[in-house]
Amino acid sequence: MAVKTPIYMDNNSTTRVDPRVVEAMLPYFTEKYGNAASRSHVFGWEAEAAVEDARERIAALIGATAKEIIFTSGATESDNLAIKGVAAMYRKKGNHIITQVTEHKAVIDTCKRLEREGYRITWLPVDQYGRVHPEQVREAITDQTILVTIMAANNEIGTLQPIREIGAICKEKGVLFHTDAVQAVGKIPIDVEEMGIDLLSMTAHKMYGPKGIGALYVRKKNPRVRLEPIIDGGGHERGMRSGTLAVPLIVGFGKACDLCRELMPEESERLRQLRERLRRGIMDNIPDTYLNGHPTERLPNNLNISFAYVEGEGLMMGIKDVAVSSGSACTSASLEPSYVLRALGVGDELAHSSIRFGLGRFNTEEEVDYVVQLVIREVNRLREMSPLYEMVQQGIDLKKIEWAAH
Amino acid sequence: MPYSSKILDHYNNPRNVGSFDASDPTVGTGLVGAPECGDVMKLQIKVNPQTGIIEDARFKTFGCGSAIASSSLATEWLKGKTLDEAMAIRNTQIVEELALPPVKVHCSVLAEDAIKAAIRNYLEKQQSRHETTSSTQASTHPSGTLAAEAAQTSA
Repeated sequence: MAVKTPIYMDNNSTTRVDPRVVEAMLPYFTEKYGNAASRSHVFGWEAEAAVEDARERIAALIGATAKEIIFTSGATESDNLAIKGVAAMYRKKGNHIITQVTEHKAVIDTCKRLEREGYRITWLPVDQYGRVHPEQVREAITDQTILVTIMAANNEIGTLQPIREIGAICKEKGVLFHTDAVQAVGKIPIDVEEMGIDLLSMTAHKMYGPKGIGALYVRKKNPRVRLEPIIDGGGHERGMRSGTLAVPLIVGFGKACDLCRELMPEESERLRQLRERLRRGIMDNIPDTYLNGHPTERLPNNLNISFAYVEGEGLMMGIKDVAVSSGSACTSASLEPSYVLRALGVGDELAHSSIRFGLGRFNTEEEVDYVVQLVIREVNRLREMSPLYEMVQQGIDLKKIEWAAH
Repeated sequence: MPYSSKILDHYNNPRNVGSFDASDPTVGTGLVGAPECGDVMKLQIKVNPQTGIIEDARFKTFGCGSAIASSSLATEWLKGKTLDEAMAIRNTQIVEELALPPVKVHCSVLAEDAIKAAIRNYLEKQQSRHETTSSTQASTHPSGTLAAEAAQTSA
């Protein structure tokens, strides 16, 4: 069986742009290149029409209306705008924000900045699967709380948060609810009405669209959410985000949302089956492997496994024909392994040994089977080279050794 | 990050993987690093007691490709060297030979530490053999203990 390498299995990081998306975008580079804000000629009109059409397609994927979609450069900007925008606009109402420890850095670092500026941030802990319990949110809300920001799905371990329940609590308490849904949108059903979401961050490049374009959903009714902009200028996007719209990227984003909406039921089931094939193939054949994240409440395309006695980056080098990522700190300057895995209580040793597989629209069963065989071969090879594996075989308890930290 | 061809060569065809009997008096064992830091190296030397020359070396490493390559290279370099020559190996030479990027320099530091720990362990064993007839030192002690003891005896 001939499998073409390299194989891309890092779809929680980014995705290939779907050829249908590229096709939809192309005319907006070369023929319909107008500025959507130009009101005086046909170039501007057709650009504006394309943007409004895309806005509706994007809104439809999350159960919103077109006017509630604000275009940004990506989800990092969306997270910044949502959190800083609410914090500044509702400062008189209160200074308390609730979030949790496994959020993406775009949320964590934004909250940390606000903390330095005098806001009070509650960092909710997570359970061993990376889940926050809705009651923790309820208990943390005070009369000073202006925002709850909890992600829909985690980028490293794929764990889904109970956002529907959290949304209901926020509604009941009259607190705004933001969710970073970058990993979830297009993969699992998201409905801002049913889930009580007031602000939602999303990005095109995680769902087979182009990089450089994202959106923030901002609720217009019940309640009408107001934001202090973080970028000033021409007053585009209802004054919330100035700057000329990236028309070709927006058209691509719209097409990507269309495809996800159309394909989701079939695609998510196909990816879940591929993911399980990969998980069983690896975990049934290699002892001392551990699944990180929730066994069932997780994204259909995400698999995160720790391989005891083998370091993650070393393993990635062994399977270099397969693009994956690791919670190992080896590539970072800090020597600290994944903060997400640490928050789950996964020991540093196993965090260093973790590999994230992110399946996507273009992966095949043949690729999964190839990866399973490659991973089995390389883990066995590296374990034969591992002093830790040798010590465990000799009956030595690694935890009882006084390691010299360096 | 792109790896140098030498790192890839050592990673794909590691030299001298394996273990010697750590209780053999002619064997010195160095075990450095910690699992929670993502790197552990075990490096062993087999010394000819008559000539004081390292006749063979073995390693096992838990770590990234650069850590595996650094220890593999170290075992190659150790063979045929006297203990003094081996003691003089510097991490910067490993960095240069493997073209390690700055973020991987700590792998070479660990390899140098492992060499020194193995030599000290061998010397300690020789010394305790001279002082007493029975050696009580378990030789797979981690480097922390070995390094501390070795620092006092000062090679």
